[in-house]
Amino acid sequence: MAANADALPAAPGARRSLAPGLSVGLTTLYLSVIVLLPLAALSWKAHGWQAVTNPQATAALRLTLGISLVVALVNAVAGTAIAWTLVRDRFVGQGVVNALVDLPFALPTIVAGLTLLTLFGPRSPVNVDVSLTRWGLLLSLLFVTLPFVVRTVQPVLFELDREMEDAAASLGAGRVATFLRIILPSILPAILSGVALAFARAVGEFGAVVLISGNIPFKTEVASLYIFGRIESGDQGGAAAASVVILGISFGLLLAIGAMRRWVTRHDR
Amino acid sequence: MRQISLALLMVLFLPALATGASKDTKLTLVAYSTPKEAYGQLISAFQKTGAGNGVSFSQSYGASGEQSRAVAAGLDADIVAFSLEPDITSLVQKKLVSPSWNKDRYRGMVTRSVVVFVVRDGNPKKLKTWADLVKPGVQVITPNPFTSGGARWNVMAAYGGALRAGKTPKQAVDYLGKLWKNVIAQPTSAREGLTAFLNGRGDVFLAYENEAIFAQKKGQPVQFVIPKATILIENPIAVTSTSKDKTQANAFLKFLRTPSAQKIFAQNGYRPVVKSAARGFNFPVRPQLFTIKYVGGWAKVEKKFFDPRSGVMAKIQGSSGG
Repeated sequence: MAANADALPAAPGARRSLAPGLSVGLTTLYLSVIVLLPLAALSWKAHGWQAVTNPQATAALRLTLGISLVVALVNAVAGTAIAWTLVRDRFVGQGVVNALVDLPFALPTIVAGLTLLTLFGPRSPVNVDVSLTRWGLLLSLLFVTLPFVVRTVQPVLFELDREMEDAAASLGAGRVATFLRIILPSILPAILSGVALAFARAVGEFGAVVLISGNIPFKTEVASLYIFGRIESGDQGGAAAASVVILGISFGLLLAIGAMRRWVTRHDR
Repeated sequence: MRQISLALLMVLFLPALATGASKDTKLTLVAYSTPKEAYGQLISAFQKTGAGNGVSFSQSYGASGEQSRAVAAGLDADIVAFSLEPDITSLVQKKLVSPSWNKDRYRGMVTRSVVVFVVRDGNPKKLKTWADLVKPGVQVITPNPFTSGGARWNVMAAYGGALRAGKTPKQAVDYLGKLWKNVIAQPTSAREGLTAFLNGRGDVFLAYENEAIFAQKKGQPVQFVIPKATILIENPIAVTSTSKDKTQANAFLKFLRTPSAQKIFAQNGYRPVVKSAARGFNFPVRPQLFTIKYVGGWAKVEKKFFDPRSGVMAKIQGSSGG
């Protein structure tokens, strides 16, 4: 996604591309066909704001955005920790663990939902029942968004110059100080990229949440399911309107995360 | 060389010549998902008949409303089979199905079923009537009527059940509100609902008899109760007006209404529309059974109950959060 591409901002003296017009044109064309055109068509179809402003809709939208932010933040911490373990530690079965991280991507999300329901539902073998609650919702979203932060942070951490850390240590910095002042600034842009991806995925997730959440209006009904309901009852305009609103808010948040990333990068060098 | 290619040509065309008049045709069946297994068996049975000889099928299954919208949006189809009539009516409005599609002795229907209570083995909460479902502490699962067209049968069964119990239409709407207070989960489809129920959620799952039979056949520890007053579900089928092979498509529809085809439906848990095919199966009769007409017919019901903005169900769902 675009989020990754500008994780490496053009340096002040960046080499000019030989044919900037051509590459910009091709990129714009591609983005237009794949992203902008469908979105424009969506906005065109949107009508009937009642579908967005009624209490059930606002509850679903608020829940979706709120829980997606929580999911993104939890991922920021947990994903970084996993990436750290995978890069810096050596242990038996590391390859397997590394491969496990990507599994949530390969699993059809409805299967993921079913698995989580069996494991953390009323018949839970570990005696944890979070079905039909927001905890269940959170759990299923954490499951499907796990790889994002791990995979964006991992390569940056891998490339990180260990000499800097050694130097910091030799100058008397403790491990925490070294992490906060040396390592974190370098990987923060990557963390933010992963956070943005995880957030976007959580906003749109459908399959994984439906079984465990129970789809209860005002409680566990997320925007994607609310919108699906609108389409199923023949209100395509309302569905498009709700989609446009949630896309608009998500876009704003993604822009904010992007701005934050650029700010971090600039003030680090 | 020339002789060889001539021989090859002969070999290629011989089968076509042998089948004579019935040229190879391919029919596209677009249907809702639950009767998938039944249609698989029915198609092979049809191909063994004279009319079905040389007719091949491409089949597509999915949620009824979704399939209907796909056809409306241009998905190629010769035959459409849906869970409920409004999904065909919308195609009639788009001139994709002839307005006279239901002018046959089966009124366009091909299978029937009834709405039942799927309960835990032994029916521990003793749920028998619609009134039992609104008792405090009873947990009900039904698919969401706004995402599952089929769930609309459940709502209308509950509403009509209340009418049958002597309530006025207004009281029956109040009953729906009470019932929805006991609904703990509204999955998007019937199969999802069944999955949630089989995973231990809820005391009763509102479903069609054929789904309940399906679950029992799979060895699930459930039983089902047919309430005294419940709705007769009728599933429509039609040939599209865009079909290029209407003769074969109509032949298939005719075949589906033969006793032997209806028996295959019955084996899959559906109540046949041809009475003689029900012989040998256990489909209990209920004295207070009613059809969609009893509650006003689909056209009225869709508007009154399921309009996403002003319908009764939209209001009930919109108020459940307080």
